[in-house]
Amino acid sequence: MEYHTPGSFEDAATIAAKAEGVTRFLAGGTDVLVQLRADMVTPDVLIDIKQIAGVKDIAREEGGWRIGAAVAGAEMTEHTELGKEWPGVVEAMDLIGSTQIQGRATLVGNLCNGSPAADSVPALMAAGASVSVVGASGTRKVPVEEIPAGPGKTNLAKGEVISAVHLPVRGDNAGDAYLRFIPRTEMDIAVVGCGVSLRLDGPTVAEARVSLGAVAPRVLLVEEAAKAIIGTTLDEAALDALAAAASAACNPIDDKRGTIEFRTHVAGVLAKRAAKIAYERAGGAK
Amino acid sequence: MAPDGNMTNGFKVVGTRPKRPDGVDKVTGRAKFGADANAPGMLHASIVRSPHAHAKILKIDTSKAESLKGVKAVVTRADFAEGLTGENWNILENVMAGDTALYDGHAVAAVAATTALAARDAAKLIEVRYELLPHVTDVDKAMAADAPVIRSGAADKSVPEGMHPNVVRYHESGHGDVDKGFAEADLVIEESFKTEATHQGYIEPHACLAQLGPDGKGEVWCCTQGHFNVQKVCAALVGTETSQLRVTPSEIGGGFGGKTVVFIEPVALALSRKANRPVKLVMSRSEVFRATGPTASTSMDIKIGMTREGKITAAQGVFRLQGGAFPGAPMEFTAMCAFAPYALENVHQIGYDVMSNRPKQAAYRAPGSPMAAFAVESVIDELCNKLDLDPIEVRLKNASKEGTKASYGPKFERIGLVETLEAARAHPHLTAPLAEGQGRGISCGFWFNHGGETAVSLALSEDGTVAISVGTPDIGGSRASMGQMAAEELGIPYENIRTTVADTATLGYNEISHGSRVTYASGLATIKAARDAVKKLCARAAAKWGIDEEAVVWEDGCAKPSGPNAGEFEPLPLAKIARSMGRTGGPIVGHYEATPEGAGVSFATHIVDAEVDKETGQTKVVRYTVVQDAGKAIHPTYVEGQFQGGAAQGIGWALNEEYIYGEDGRLQNSGFLDYRIPVASDLPMIDTVIVEVPNPGHPYGVRGVGETSICPPLAAIANAVSNAAGVRLTELPMSPPRILKALNDQAHG
Repeated sequence: MEYHTPGSFEDAATIAAKAEGVTRFLAGGTDVLVQLRADMVTPDVLIDIKQIAGVKDIAREEGGWRIGAAVAGAEMTEHTELGKEWPGVVEAMDLIGSTQIQGRATLVGNLCNGSPAADSVPALMAAGASVSVVGASGTRKVPVEEIPAGPGKTNLAKGEVISAVHLPVRGDNAGDAYLRFIPRTEMDIAVVGCGVSLRLDGPTVAEARVSLGAVAPRVLLVEEAAKAIIGTTLDEAALDALAAAASAACNPIDDKRGTIEFRTHVAGVLAKRAAKIAYERAGGAK
Repeated sequence: MAPDGNMTNGFKVVGTRPKRPDGVDKVTGRAKFGADANAPGMLHASIVRSPHAHAKILKIDTSKAESLKGVKAVVTRADFAEGLTGENWNILENVMAGDTALYDGHAVAAVAATTALAARDAAKLIEVRYELLPHVTDVDKAMAADAPVIRSGAADKSVPEGMHPNVVRYHESGHGDVDKGFAEADLVIEESFKTEATHQGYIEPHACLAQLGPDGKGEVWCCTQGHFNVQKVCAALVGTETSQLRVTPSEIGGGFGGKTVVFIEPVALALSRKANRPVKLVMSRSEVFRATGPTASTSMDIKIGMTREGKITAAQGVFRLQGGAFPGAPMEFTAMCAFAPYALENVHQIGYDVMSNRPKQAAYRAPGSPMAAFAVESVIDELCNKLDLDPIEVRLKNASKEGTKASYGPKFERIGLVETLEAARAHPHLTAPLAEGQGRGISCGFWFNHGGETAVSLALSEDGTVAISVGTPDIGGSRASMGQMAAEELGIPYENIRTTVADTATLGYNEISHGSRVTYASGLATIKAARDAVKKLCARAAAKWGIDEEAVVWEDGCAKPSGPNAGEFEPLPLAKIARSMGRTGGPIVGHYEATPEGAGVSFATHIVDAEVDKETGQTKVVRYTVVQDAGKAIHPTYVEGQFQGGAAQGIGWALNEEYIYGEDGRLQNSGFLDYRIPVASDLPMIDTVIVEVPNPGHPYGVRGVGETSICPPLAAIANAVSNAAGVRLTELPMSPPRILKALNDQAHG
């Protein structure tokens, strides 16, 4: 196994482009090292990005936020301003694993692991987040919803690496929320996840984004669900329409974690509950 | 055996809560567990396991593995003893497959190499050719006419003619006339239930370090609940003499019955013999799930009749237990425990032990009893609901008492079921208001408890301190309770005693730490060993004073003349006699060896409040109270811990834990991510009430407490959930998809 500690994302991308065999980027390692130990994936080339300058910074950027690729969940949770503007994103990240895992796990790692059940990804999609992808031809900004390709797969090409997550300007009268369903209370994997972000104009929902996790081969951005609440005051009829749209978007599997029937139903339940929290956070009275 | 004087005189040490003797070692990391032992020249081993549920093993090619650098030995079934019979054959067949792999995870070969990584790589190079056979993992399907036969000829004589060959044992018991009883009932409810297999879930995976020389002499260090059993089984499986194999138990990171079984030690010994080097073998968590004992899964039919006044007129149950690819599912315990809490004129129970393509079931805390309680107590709850009767009053009305002919045959001696029900009735939990969406459930539970072969030795040191050697691994605080009982008898401080779990060369045979037997049986033996030492101490004092031994009594840690007639002598404290023992007759050691048979049975009553989210099917246990008869609590903190531990494991079993098999017969969830034991935040504070109705079979009245605590939870939680959801749940686990489905089915009629 080769182990690299490049000083820049450009170098990291170059090493990855030239690498032969199984290549993995290492930030928190909460997926890579577990898979290595469990004899599931033994990388031939391991590229540790933690030595790159700025990789552990949470910084203001054009009124929004730039979160480096190696920022751990605990750092996000302890960042007061970030939590005030994007409580749903921060809570989604915070739901992952234990206190120990929170000291290592990262947003970018969660996204690149490619799990349809990743907790932070629906929250990021709902928030309208994007990522910087560094490759041979330079750096491009890509919306989060364009990254996942399927279970364990992303749309990143060989030799491409994500350097940071960008959260847009939050603005006024806005709120977000993320809820997941797990059979226990913590230390578990989402059977269904739902992120909602919205902006109000008075009591009326002016903008909304709804995202669902663990109900399809990849995390979904559900436009029909957003449409169901835009222009409403999130009354019962709107909530029912939201639940119906969320359930309709599901394309889950029957597996050890839940049935198709269960996931489809609970997606609607969570969408309603998350939308209510986001609405309250945006200043809407409920 | 009558309770002796100490009980009424009041205890000085028993019933107090001294510090646990293993506490510092465990919080500092000094305690040595199974995987913590190393030896010079040690090899690491890895086991090759079948990926198939049922397959003929056509060929095992080990040549590539053997030629890998660092590999020192490869073993298959040919490297173990031949000609074994009975349970030893079953154990060997499970430890290393013969010509057929019987379940996903069944060991087929093993390799030892100079590093753990080399062993892992070598295991991948062992090529096994299989011919797939049809498989079955569900208990009802395994009994059906078209089920594949796991092994023909496995059934014993108890099985009635015409049963499928997978039914290997049969049990029937009861008394009275159930048909007559059902005719007398105002309401009869008949219901079927299923429970899935659950794992004991101990935190420490099985691990051992073993050495076996060409001279047949060997050493094993391992985590086990019973090292004498490991010694006996290993000697048979590798073909050496029992006394030539010395087994030392490590600290144990949980067992709950699952470490009463031998899995890896014979493999490590066979590899060691071949390589002539010590071999360390540590299971991964996945191996623990796939290849060590979960409990049996069950399918049960219960029928109970009751009068309007709440009297049970008749009860019958059919209990089908799937115990994996070997005989031994504890169906007779399920059948015998099912109705034990109730004094019944008419009762009948049938049990079936059924084989399937799953790992050999192992004991799990009161094996077989929790499932029976789930089915029976659910039906009683339903009868109470339908007849509008109070569930505590109905249980009190029917409760077994001293002199009751038990549902499984014998007459009960002094028992404490009524006392637990009365304590539950008096507990504030029972009348606390319930919030919206919440339901309350109660249940009783029963376990036999056990005695078993036991030997204890108690040696005095010249400074007056005492070393106790016991042969029962400490799985629930027994080193503390042995020290307390010896301190009580000897009249010296608890701190002056150290209790050690001794190896197999030190003591006579000790049965496994199972059956909640240790505080009872090793405790009894410790008390008797202390009394033996006291007798010897008194004899030394008598010799010194020149009086008869009978004229010396032991009080407050001193030998004293028994009265004015015996003469006037200064009391001789233990330390003073010990200091001169070398000159007065040699070392003073008390010991006791016996198979005590007075383990008192034990009952419990649990109260649970559960809240069900009707939109998602999620259950939260919001309040939990355990009331249980301990006979006499030696160290109440440990007793409370056992009560809470049983409830916590019961919550997992009831709500989320299950073995999930795919269509291919492979286990789908061999890790703690998808095998969901409760995490701390899933549990409420579990309240405990210790009831003490002395066991007449123990000098202090002790009853085992470790197992009864897991008997009521499945039922109590199911009753709470059913009452909260408004629909009866008859299948475990009551996972959210299952509860939501039950709610939907009810809504759509």
